[in-house]
Amino acid sequence: MSAAKKNASARKPKVRLSVVVMIVYLLFLLVPIYWLVIMSFKSNSEILGMFTLFPADFTLKNYQTILSDPSWYMGYVNSFIYVSLNTVISLSVALPAAYAFSRYRFFGDNHLFFWLLTNRMAPPAVFALPFFQLYSSVSLFDTHIAVALAHCLFNVPLAVWILEGFMRGVPREIDETAFIDGYGFTRFFTKIFIPMIAPGIGVTAFFCFMFSWVELLLSRTLTSVEAKPITAIMTRTVSASGLDWGVLAAAGVLTIIPGAIVIYFVRNHIAKGFALGRV
Amino acid sequence: MEKTVNQRAWFLVIPVLILVAFSSIIPMMTVVNYSFQDTFGGNNFFWVGLEWYRELLRSERLWDAFGRQLLFSSIILLIEVPLGILVALSMPKKGISASICLVLMSLPLLIPYNVVGTIWQVFGRADIGLLGRTLSDLGISYNYSQNAFDAWATVIAMDVWHWTSLVALLCYAGLRSIPNAYYQAAMIDQASRWSVFRFIELPKMRGVLMIAILLRFMDSFMIYTEPFVLTGGGPGNTTTFLSIDLVKMALGQFDLGPAAAFSLMYFLVILLISYVFYTVMITADKDEAQS
Repeated sequence: MSAAKKNASARKPKVRLSVVVMIVYLLFLLVPIYWLVIMSFKSNSEILGMFTLFPADFTLKNYQTILSDPSWYMGYVNSFIYVSLNTVISLSVALPAAYAFSRYRFFGDNHLFFWLLTNRMAPPAVFALPFFQLYSSVSLFDTHIAVALAHCLFNVPLAVWILEGFMRGVPREIDETAFIDGYGFTRFFTKIFIPMIAPGIGVTAFFCFMFSWVELLLSRTLTSVEAKPITAIMTRTVSASGLDWGVLAAAGVLTIIPGAIVIYFVRNHIAKGFALGRV
Repeated sequence: MEKTVNQRAWFLVIPVLILVAFSSIIPMMTVVNYSFQDTFGGNNFFWVGLEWYRELLRSERLWDAFGRQLLFSSIILLIEVPLGILVALSMPKKGISASICLVLMSLPLLIPYNVVGTIWQVFGRADIGLLGRTLSDLGISYNYSQNAFDAWATVIAMDVWHWTSLVALLCYAGLRSIPNAYYQAAMIDQASRWSVFRFIELPKMRGVLMIAILLRFMDSFMIYTEPFVLTGGGPGNTTTFLSIDLVKMALGQFDLGPAAAFSLMYFLVILLISYVFYTVMITADKDEAQS
């Protein structure tokens, strides 16, 4: 009784501390975003001319510029297509590979695992030109699939790494019990294993989506008109008369929205955690 | 937990191998090829051997940029990893507040790099930005485009703002995968909060934490767009990181040969540091398993 009481009283201030930490951290994250959002509702003269915490002259003109011009809004569609393609490809090849790495020992496994990650380490600036030559030579230039494949370079290793981490946390006894119960590998993998690591898959899908969404250099190099991504179109706001801050801010706000929707859908997978007792 | 030897596991890995090799080995070979040659435009290349490597290793500018890059990555890791763990531990475990936190935290991650730079560029300006204005109202002289210290502080704050959530989200997902039984056992043992963290949460987070640290190291070591948009490498050369130098060389001066040599050495440095880190983590893992 007294121990329980002590426990309860010891817990209370910690709960409050964590709330404070969260609030401070979220404020730190949101204040610059707030600045971006209100900038998108201001006219350029207001952005550059004065300091206002709230748009004095509220305008939707910046959004109108983007949403009424196909060369602007098709950028979002293009980005969305290749990002989705990339996420699907990355996850479907990474799942079996991550399982192999987490469960078996085979020739060269550790080296291979590390080699995968080295593909993320190449500074992209110089690799852009060879990429352009490679994809032109297989006539994939300016297609969505080209960008999706190129982004596999950094997303597949990441997916394998993250998934392997989650799979290692699943006790091997579960595999063994399932095999003894007469499950084949494919059925075990899809029916039992994948639901068990759903949080890991959710997180991985989100990261693949994110890294592909924000990447600028490769997607800009590999496209010209048909598949031009929004991040590349955005650089167009730099003109001779200086930066069009308002439109740039509006475009920035619109790039956050699809990702926010994705995280909203995977949040439950992330938050649900493992239910070890269910199998 | 000993893994069984099974060579057939290769079949599960082959799709990944083909996919990644296609977009990594071919371009890499092209870059290696460039790095040994010189060109005067067009398609006329001639062999210069290791000349570019020798020249770059003697270049003082490069070593300065390298030092700045190391300092930057160390500061970033020292701030973001502990802060990310702290945030992950502080996050609500379930319910609507957990969802809200997850969505809000992921917002900075979803902003394209060039927009991140632009946000902070405006945000930090003393005349029209909230941060710059607040600081100067508090009587602190702050100007990231003139003062080297302010420029560094802004670049670091920007990176912490942009990427801490990555560490936090990974750690949070790792924490969620700890079965409740562990916590119950700790409660029966009357373990302190610290020992719960040290002996349950930290070991269980080790896998995701290793990914988080490696990712943050590699990405901060190759950071380009954000500081370039924010400060353009200035004032002077104080925030010129390696990649900014590299792009100046590759695109600004069109020196494909030295730029290729540069990027290969760059790549090798990242590879070496990551490999040392990876080996250390793996060895620690094995020791843990044995004891």
